Amino acid sequence: MAKREGASLSLEPKQAEEPSELLRELVAHLRQNRTQLREEWVVRISETRLLTAMTKEEIFAEATSIYDSYVEALETEAFEALQAYARNLSERIIPRGVETHEVVGIVLLLRDVLARSLFAKYQNDFKKLNRILDAYEPAANRIANTVAVGFVQERERVIRQQQEAIRELSTPVLQVRERLLILPIIGVIDPQRARQLTEQLLRGIRTNRAKVVVIDITGVAAMDVTVANHLVQTVEASRLLGATVIVTGLSPEIAQTLVTIGVDLGKMNTVGDLQGGIEQAERVLGYKVAKLAEPEPR
Amino acid sequence: MEVPILKQGAVLIATFQAALSDADLNQLRMGLVQQVVKFRSRAVIVDVTAMDVMDSFASRTLREIAHMIRLRGAETVIVGIQPEVAFAMVQLGLTLEGVATALDLEEGLAYLNEKFKTTN
Repeated sequence: MAKREGASLSLEPKQAEEPSELLRELVAHLRQNRTQLREEWVVRISETRLLTAMTKEEIFAEATSIYDSYVEALETEAFEALQAYARNLSERIIPRGVETHEVVGIVLLLRDVLARSLFAKYQNDFKKLNRILDAYEPAANRIANTVAVGFVQERERVIRQQQEAIRELSTPVLQVRERLLILPIIGVIDPQRARQLTEQLLRGIRTNRAKVVVIDITGVAAMDVTVANHLVQTVEASRLLGATVIVTGLSPEIAQTLVTIGVDLGKMNTVGDLQGGIEQAERVLGYKVAKLAEPEPR
Repeated sequence: MEVPILKQGAVLIATFQAALSDADLNQLRMGLVQQVVKFRSRAVIVDVTAMDVMDSFASRTLREIAHMIRLRGAETVIVGIQPEVAFAMVQLGLTLEGVATALDLEEGLAYLNEKFKTTN
């Protein structure tokens, strides 16, 4: 409560100092007490058991750079450098398992440590303390925000990258005979992956001049309406390119789901397992696979 | 821009260009339907390789061409639908049901030759 009163009070006296001047004073204070405040901050970090994945020396080194960028951001009110640093820092520490709450935590700790030092310095001049805090708080919050957002963005970027990599790895379109393609699908199909599968398959049909495609979904545990409809659409689109699609390996669960939700699979050619599918595809293409001889007994 | 209709043995071949107006499409439809009987053709191949966008009018016209040609006693094969176009068409529900399709002109001709052999 006392704080709110103070805040309104601070507006009344003819604004003795401009906020920028206050900030300058603040920055000077932070520069003067750099060593001590930084020490205090590092102590608080280890007390609260943040950044446990890093060694003491590393924490100290990072803390120094963060402190300096922090003060610089306060001084110049330019956040680009800090943002770049936050991203760079995130890039280094994300692979080591540092969590979001730790990064946000240390920045908030720094904010608190600095605020405390301001309390200590201006404890005899309440009005001035208020004005200083008025200048400090928005800037400090913005810094905390910038760092947190930078970290999260970096994390999301890494996640996106990995998803992309997994997706590309998980959708091979393979040619097993001339004009016969196999598309084995393993794992969960979300709408985005379904779209990618379709794209790759249609492109594969064109480049390999495929006539028959076997889509094997033995490795797919579950399928929802959207994905099932997408599968039907893929089959129809393949037909427009002149290719026949055979779907194999529908699990009992998926079969049941599809029947229950009433997806129209009538247009689809389905065979129990991959072997059966390939055999049927060979028949369509006119291949006849025959054994040359009995394998010799060992 | 008028679409030329080529005669190749018992097959008529019409190749779509990228930008065709609705009037061009109508003209092509009439041309094919007239010439298929005039030349006693057994099949029509419509090549749409150049079309990277297919609107609903174009794909409806394709279906109409196929059905009209059938009524005139011949068969239609649509060839060269681009992968992206194929998927877009299916999403719009334009699946050209009952119309034969093939990857490209070569495939379409191969398909028809096979068919002529078995029906002869």
